[in-house]
Amino acid sequence: MPSITFIHPDGRRQEIEADDGSSVMQAAIAEGLEEILAECGGNCMCATCHVYVIEDSAGALPPPTQDEDALLDGTAAERRPNSRLSCQLPASEGLVLELPERQT
Amino acid sequence: MSTTEAPASDLDPFSIAFFDDPFPEHARLREAGPVVRLRHLGCWGVARWQEVTAVFNDWPTYVSSRGVGLQDFARETPWRSPSLVLERDPPEHTRARAVLGRVLSPAAMKGLREDFAAAAERKVAELLDRGTFDAIPDLAEAFPLSVFPDALGVRPDGREHLLPFAAVTFNAFGPDNDLRRQALAGVAPHLAWVMEQCRRENLAPGSFGAAIHAAADTGELTPEEAPVLVRSLFSAGLDTTINGIGAALWCLARFPGEYARLHADPSLARAAFEEAIRFESPVQTFFRTTSRPTELGGVPLGEGEKVLMFLAAANRDPRRWDRPDAYDIARRTSGHVGFGAGIHMCVGQLLARLEGEVLLAALARRVRGIEIAGTPVRRYNNTLRGLASLPLTLHAA
Ligand code: HEM
Ligand code: FES
Repeated sequence: MPSITFIHPDGRRQEIEADDGSSVMQAAIAEGLEEILAECGGNCMCATCHVYVIEDSAGALPPPTQDEDALLDGTAAERRPNSRLSCQLPASEGLVLELPERQT
Repeated sequence: MSTTEAPASDLDPFSIAFFDDPFPEHARLREAGPVVRLRHLGCWGVARWQEVTAVFNDWPTYVSSRGVGLQDFARETPWRSPSLVLERDPPEHTRARAVLGRVLSPAAMKGLREDFAAAAERKVAELLDRGTFDAIPDLAEAFPLSVFPDALGVRPDGREHLLPFAAVTFNAFGPDNDLRRQALAGVAPHLAWVMEQCRRENLAPGSFGAAIHAAADTGELTPEEAPVLVRSLFSAGLDTTINGIGAALWCLARFPGEYARLHADPSLARAAFEEAIRFESPVQTFFRTTSRPTELGGVPLGEGEKVLMFLAAANRDPRRWDRPDAYDIARRTSGHVGFGAGIHMCVGQLLARLEGEVLLAALARRVRGIEIAGTPVRRYNNTLRGLASLPLTLHAA
């Protein structure tokens, strides 16, 4: 069970335990985090699971696919160099992710 | 291989009696087992969330290229040339889908939001002046008709073909029943008009249609494919949102407590629309065809067999959803299958949500309460669930 940390828009840090094999999006939804909408259920079609990657100490994150990269151009909150769609990120130990102000 | 272990049902899930009240039958199908033999149709049925999701997500086994209706394209000729997305598998699917995904992307939706929101405000203001009206033609149909055909780039003349064409498309996925036969008997003039509109010279500059044709210039599509891909938006882009918006209005009228929550906090509009898609599932069903012998929920399935997915039943499966029969606009709806799942998941979902959100937000701000002002009348279609008439009275905020 990897533990990952979310930073809410108000700066509050929240550490959660993710199920093995789940995505960051699934872990956030399971925990009831309201800042992740995931309207397409993880199919990489909606861009409402946007996060900013603050720390990936294990270097475990795959690079974005073309589809993810294109979707990131349409995020509701500003796209930054560390923007990712959390449904495309495996939950791995030590990840620190900042949640954007808005998803739609 | 023995298939006798799966429970069997004599249900006709495309009958008028079923359409009138499908929910008890959905529950029976879910309880019968993970996979049910539908004797009447000669196919398999899945009604639980887990199996519906599993079928959606395994496109190599459960293919779309043999048709997503009961008809098997490997045995019978489809009524029109197959869709380049809905009725294809990878790699062909991937190529055409990428074009639509770009045309209907989150970034593209940002560009439409302001105009769509203004149109929604105008429509709600107009209906408030009238007070009592029929919410299906005057709102659920009128609002998408006021924004979508222009966004698609359709010429103003002949738009009366749009709704009959879409109705045929969705009736044609069903079995050879009265609904399908009558629909196909009258389709020729609608199909001819639609195919004419799909030509490049008939689509307005800057529209979805023009953007699809532009993909032929870069070699992503052939010039012959472009109009066929445009046709997908004529088939799937209008009747779906009409029934989605109709579902939301029907839910909010029946659950005044939920309307009060929405009125108190109009930022819930998008969630209220999404929950209506889960709750009513305006697109009720789609089929797949097995490409090889396989096993589903412990039941062996042969090659070339049709599997019917009950989206509406999956969306109310108590194994997946808490209080599934409650319309709750604060629910976490992620994972519902009202827009499908997997590689064919609705490519127009963002557009549908945009339309639903701006309309419900306009209502929420301007309207204090919604009242049912007459008897609702159901509309029958082999795939779409919705009403033909819903008299409503709006009370101004
Ligand atoms: C509330 C409204 C809508 C609902 C409930 C809905 C539902 C669905 C569902 C369930 C599928 C999956 C089909 C399958 O897996 O075989 C789908 C696919 C599709 N939808 Fe929608 N839809 C809606 C609105 C729209 C809109 C507005 C458009 C176009 C602008 C659209 C275009 C399509 C297309 C082209 C596909 C095929 C995608 C593919 O095969 O990759 N839909 N839709
Ligand atoms: S959940 Fe839709 S893109 Fe991630």
